[in-house]
Amino acid sequence: MAKSSLDLLLKGSSGQNTRGLLRIVILLTIAAAAVASRLFSVIRFESIIHEFDPWFNFRATKYLVENGFYSFWDWFDDRTWHPLGRVTGGTLYPGLMVTSGVIYHILRFLTIPVDIRNVCVLLAPGFSGLTALAMYLLTCEMSTSPSAGLLAAAFMGITPGYISRSVAGSYDNEAIAIFLLVFTFYLWIKAVKNGSIMWGALAALFYGYMVSAWGGYVFITNLIPLHVFVLLCMGRYSSRTYIAYTTWYALGTLGSMQIPFVGFLPIRNSDHMAALGVFGLLQLVAFAEFVRGFLPGKQFQKLLTSMVLLTFGLGFAGLVLLTVSGVIAPWSGRFYSLWDTGYAKIHIPIIASVSEHQPTAWPAFFFDLNFLIWLFPAGVFLCFQKLKDEHVFVIIYAVLSSYFAGVMVRLMLTLTPVVCVAAALALSAVLDHFLVLSKPSPESQAKANAVDAKSYQGMKSPIVGIYSHFSKAFVSGSMTLYLLIFVAHCTWVTSNAYSSPSVVLASRAPDGSQMIIDDYREAYYWLRQNTPDNAKIMSWWDYGYQIGGMADRPTLVDNNTWNNTHIATVGKAMSSREEVSYPILRQHDVDYVLVVFGGLLGYSGDDLNKFLWMVRIAEGIWPDEVKERDFFTARGEYRVDEEATPTMKNSLMYKMSYYNYQSLFPSGQAVDRVRGVRLPAESPQLNTLEEAFTSENWIIRIFKVKDLDNLGREHSNAVAFDKGLKRKRASKERALAF
Amino acid sequence: MPAKRHAASTASAPAPSTPVTLSSGPATLKSNSSVVDIATHVWQQYISNTPQRTLLLDAFMAFLVLVGGLQFLYCVLAGNYPFNAFLSGFSAAVGQFVLTASLRMQTSESSSAASKPSSKGKNARFADEETEGGISPERAFADYIFGSLILHFFCINFIN
Repeated sequence: MAKSSLDLLLKGSSGQNTRGLLRIVILLTIAAAAVASRLFSVIRFESIIHEFDPWFNFRATKYLVENGFYSFWDWFDDRTWHPLGRVTGGTLYPGLMVTSGVIYHILRFLTIPVDIRNVCVLLAPGFSGLTALAMYLLTCEMSTSPSAGLLAAAFMGITPGYISRSVAGSYDNEAIAIFLLVFTFYLWIKAVKNGSIMWGALAALFYGYMVSAWGGYVFITNLIPLHVFVLLCMGRYSSRTYIAYTTWYALGTLGSMQIPFVGFLPIRNSDHMAALGVFGLLQLVAFAEFVRGFLPGKQFQKLLTSMVLLTFGLGFAGLVLLTVSGVIAPWSGRFYSLWDTGYAKIHIPIIASVSEHQPTAWPAFFFDLNFLIWLFPAGVFLCFQKLKDEHVFVIIYAVLSSYFAGVMVRLMLTLTPVVCVAAALALSAVLDHFLVLSKPSPESQAKANAVDAKSYQGMKSPIVGIYSHFSKAFVSGSMTLYLLIFVAHCTWVTSNAYSSPSVVLASRAPDGSQMIIDDYREAYYWLRQNTPDNAKIMSWWDYGYQIGGMADRPTLVDNNTWNNTHIATVGKAMSSREEVSYPILRQHDVDYVLVVFGGLLGYSGDDLNKFLWMVRIAEGIWPDEVKERDFFTARGEYRVDEEATPTMKNSLMYKMSYYNYQSLFPSGQAVDRVRGVRLPAESPQLNTLEEAFTSENWIIRIFKVKDLDNLGREHSNAVAFDKGLKRKRASKERALAF
Repeated sequence: MPAKRHAASTASAPAPSTPVTLSSGPATLKSNSSVVDIATHVWQQYISNTPQRTLLLDAFMAFLVLVGGLQFLYCVLAGNYPFNAFLSGFSAAVGQFVLTASLRMQTSESSSAASKPSSKGKNARFADEETEGGISPERAFADYIFGSLILHFFCINFIN
């Protein structure tokens, strides 16, 4: 009975409805799972913004919500980059802030009183649900099999490669950008397939949205022209391609120019020239095709190719010429570092110093993608078998993004979608072949043959199928096992590796209970409560956004590293002797200096470990005054203990980090737990700064910059005099007592 | 019909030469007289074969090319001072041209697809799919208006 009713449900027209309903339910469940798996951090800790960049986005969003759109657009921020300020409205990608602002206002309009912080925290998980849906749509364009789309959506929902950037609280541009990326690709594929202006225009609109949200839009800007170019070279020009591409380019470029930060880049910057070139090329090809309508000739194909090559060559030569003569801005530094991994290290230390710009380690691929990474080539192979326009797209995307993901850790994010598509294609092909339980009847065989002949042109064998129960059970069983392991792996990775806010640290006490280390917020709150509203805080640029967001105090440098010289100035102040640093601090109105020190707790991401980057960046600007070599011992070691070089011991950073640290330990037994060394017995002496605050676990130390001495003495003299005076007084008292 | 006759008469020589304006390599190989012949021939064919409505679209496209060219000339000669304005004006012309060309392709395809199937050549396989998901002229025109609206919205927003 049950079986027959199932048959009734799953076959015929009512079966179609049931399947549609099931599909919707499954998709919604996938979206829910995608959202739910990103909530670890909220449950473990609290609803808090994570890491560094999100704090700026959060601050900007608050500004937007409080002051309205227009003043946000014209926002000049005098509380960052202290003497310079920053034209924030014109130098950010506003998409993220505007999105959450709109959501906030809609919820308010619906009389749901929600805090803007919660909107920001939960934005990334919400959009990841949408990404799963977009992924379903994209993959359905690639494959006729209904399971491929669902699998891809599920993969996209929980794969750690994407979760790493979209857990609750990581309120970063990538949070919405990946959704836009996938959805733009979907619309693009739709446009190419249908050759309709509408889909092209929609793709352009979402491309514009993407431009407003993330600098990674350049990836789309180059991928789509490349797709078209490859199609042209394959002799697959059609009016559909023309319509889709030209509509997308004309509207999309105009749309992208609406963002002040992008501005004229699309016509000035070499990164965008490929798109323009293909646009021009397509006009020529279309014209040639149009003429060919009147003149059918056998040489036409040859002519077309030669013309393509010629124009490409001319365009390339013109591009080089314009770049050399300076009309078009040369490729940006980050772009060079994509091709030459050593480039950044030599020329732009500030880019190389960011850990997410480092090349990817091999295990990271497996860590982030698990078994998808070995299904990925299989999926690409399947694309080669079908090789329609959209499959060409997947192949190009796969090749490009695998390369880029290998170059930069961060770009793993752009690889993830295509891996999900390809893996889903491969897995659904496997399941389709192995899961159909009954032997097909002759008629259905004939039907299947017809279908096969259409989809696999290479395969001419009439009957394809596996009918042995054992092999079916074995293969589908092992696949199910892999899927289950994948889910377990994803959950484990998400919960252990990607759900830490990094503002609040957690550790385990020896008895297994959890300890929350909340030094950052403690220190920032201290700043907020105990310093004047416009006290300038100097710290290394990593903490600029957090100080701006949590302490609400002006900073010298922050994570928007637009001015290398200014950062190098801070680096110089940190790495020089006090006598050199003090004038720099005075010139920049610095009131407090903040350093992060992990020696007591064993927190390895502290400033002493980043110190060499400060030195390198400072050396880039003042090669005569700061020398990296001086910070290494004669044997080339980076040491902080007794044998550290004098330059190291006299640097401001070293002194601030270890100031008074020895007093925590019995004399001579001070130990730095991060670097695992014993420290010199006496504490370094600070003349121009005084300790203002040290957090509970000594992670954050804040020093106040002393004012000029009242009597016009050098600070070192004054300190020595103070000490001397005390000694004298004490001896006098002693003398009196005698 | 005339297309075929022509192909038979001039055999191999002609095809490459027509995009003379591109000054592509092959053009120099042919004798000059034939190039002119072919150009005039193509032009006559075009005049006689194109339906009225498509001609109207083509006139509009020619006008847009003219407008765009004038703006570009102005930019080169008189400087690009209000660069925003120049860009939005120029890209409005280009964008509208492209959209019109798309509309022309979509509308003329359905009528001409039947008349010259042979010219498709290698693309015939894809042409089949095209007609399956073909776009009716009404839908094409609606799409065109949609695209133009977005285009001009962006342009006006950008013009300062």
